[in-house]
Amino acid sequence: MDRFLRESAAVAEVELIKLVRDPTEIFSRAVQPVLWLVVFGQVLAHVHGIYTGEVGYLAFITPGILAQSVLFSAIFYGIAVIWERDLGVVHKLLVSPARRISLVFGKAVSAGFRGLVQAAVIYLVAFVMHITLRQEPLAILGVLAGVLLGSGLFSTFSLIIACIVKTRERFMGIGQLLTMPMFFASNAIYPLDLMPGWLRVVAQLNPLTYLVDALRGLMIVGGDSVHGYGVDFAVLFAVFAGLLMVAVRLYPTLVE
Amino acid sequence: MNTSAESDGFAAEASGLTRRFGDLTAVNHIDLRVPYGEIFGLLGANGAGKSTLIKMLTTLLPPTSGHAEVGGFDIVKSPAEVRGRIGYVPQLLSADGALTGHENLLLSAKLYGLPRAQRSARIGEALAFMGLADSAKKLVKTYSGGMVRRLELAQAMLHRPAILFLDEPTIGLDPMARHSVWDRLRDLRRDYGMTVLITTHDMEEAEALCDELAILHAGRVAVVGKPAELQAGLGAAATMDDVFAHYAGGGIREGGNFSDAVQTRRTAQRLG
Repeated sequence: MDRFLRESAAVAEVELIKLVRDPTEIFSRAVQPVLWLVVFGQVLAHVHGIYTGEVGYLAFITPGILAQSVLFSAIFYGIAVIWERDLGVVHKLLVSPARRISLVFGKAVSAGFRGLVQAAVIYLVAFVMHITLRQEPLAILGVLAGVLLGSGLFSTFSLIIACIVKTRERFMGIGQLLTMPMFFASNAIYPLDLMPGWLRVVAQLNPLTYLVDALRGLMIVGGDSVHGYGVDFAVLFAVFAGLLMVAVRLYPTLVE
Repeated sequence: MNTSAESDGFAAEASGLTRRFGDLTAVNHIDLRVPYGEIFGLLGANGAGKSTLIKMLTTLLPPTSGHAEVGGFDIVKSPAEVRGRIGYVPQLLSADGALTGHENLLLSAKLYGLPRAQRSARIGEALAFMGLADSAKKLVKTYSGGMVRRLELAQAMLHRPAILFLDEPTIGLDPMARHSVWDRLRDLRRDYGMTVLITTHDMEEAEALCDELAILHAGRVAVVGKPAELQAGLGAAATMDDVFAHYAGGGIREGGNFSDAVQTRRTAQRLG
């Protein structure tokens, strides 16, 4: 356990150093959620096109947009892994005696750092746009936990895809193919109640839905988690753990 | 565990080692013995099975059949023990350009489980050994190709492996850098008793650096011997190029594949 933590921390620390040294990627990733909130959110809030109860539409989609940016910034992490494979970095890591689970988990943690930055950006934009969010320390801690878990989950999912497709070109195609449907087949920008029955079923199988649901309860003043935090976090945790197990198996095949 | 690493006398030993990919037999019943303390060269045209063999010996790829021991441990039964006893430098320049030389080494030290108390001494020693002490705090992307290679050697030697694997260690380097890498490899053998196993396409490298060579052809070992012996075997005037052409199935043949070419080109670009 001690070794696992030490190795994971070593992998994650390196990513953190790189992120701090060159934060351009973070800022470019922050543009998209800002557009969703400032343009899409404001327009839809203005026309009252989507009924979200007593909670205003802007407040309603803020957690959804955070979950979306966690998904989008984590999902292209597989590209980086393929790049590392092409350079021989993955070979080098796998020849070391470090445990495979540490290598995979360390990367998931580093995706979490990016997610946390996205969260900070969303809170900032919300503040500027006068969207009131919950400020109790416990609620914010819950948001951080959700963001870390979601980032780990989607980046590990991305790693698995990278291990299967193995080339950047194919990954780009599949990445696009997966992210938009995952986003739209979730409760990120409209409530589950408004969906046709079949879509609601798909959304219930989508881990993003549980992340949005937890964040909605933890971020919105007077907001609520439909499934309950226990269910939300249990689902996210279980899916993450399952994906980690698969990724540990597949990661070494990347260099075969 | 009573498998003493030194007792059998071989740093790496393969018998009947075989790897198939579907219908293709990349490595076909290879028997190979690499004695401790040698600089051993694996030669062969693209597609001869060098990379597949190296991947199996470094535990990256399980063999289809046969077995091998590296550093006294079975590559299939005890991969973790093998990994702790080997160092590996891939063909492409794989040190992280966004980190400093020191940070790259620190990551290796942690992944190889060097105790905290030893880390900075080992890192300092490796940097000095490779002539990089003054550049330790600079980002690796400002390094020359030769410096990156030496940094990777520093990474690979940190944990004092018994055997060092290098895939085309000097491809794309200028002559000065190439000689400096050779010198460092000889020093590693002399000062630390490391066994060095390299793959190469470069006949000058094979002749100047290697104590012993194995030439692979179509997944099999075509011949093993000292460079001078191999040349003498073909007649007084034979060069290493002649040796290669004779055993590797006719010097220029359409071996290899597109991805080999792309890889080589990428290396050249990164070094550019």
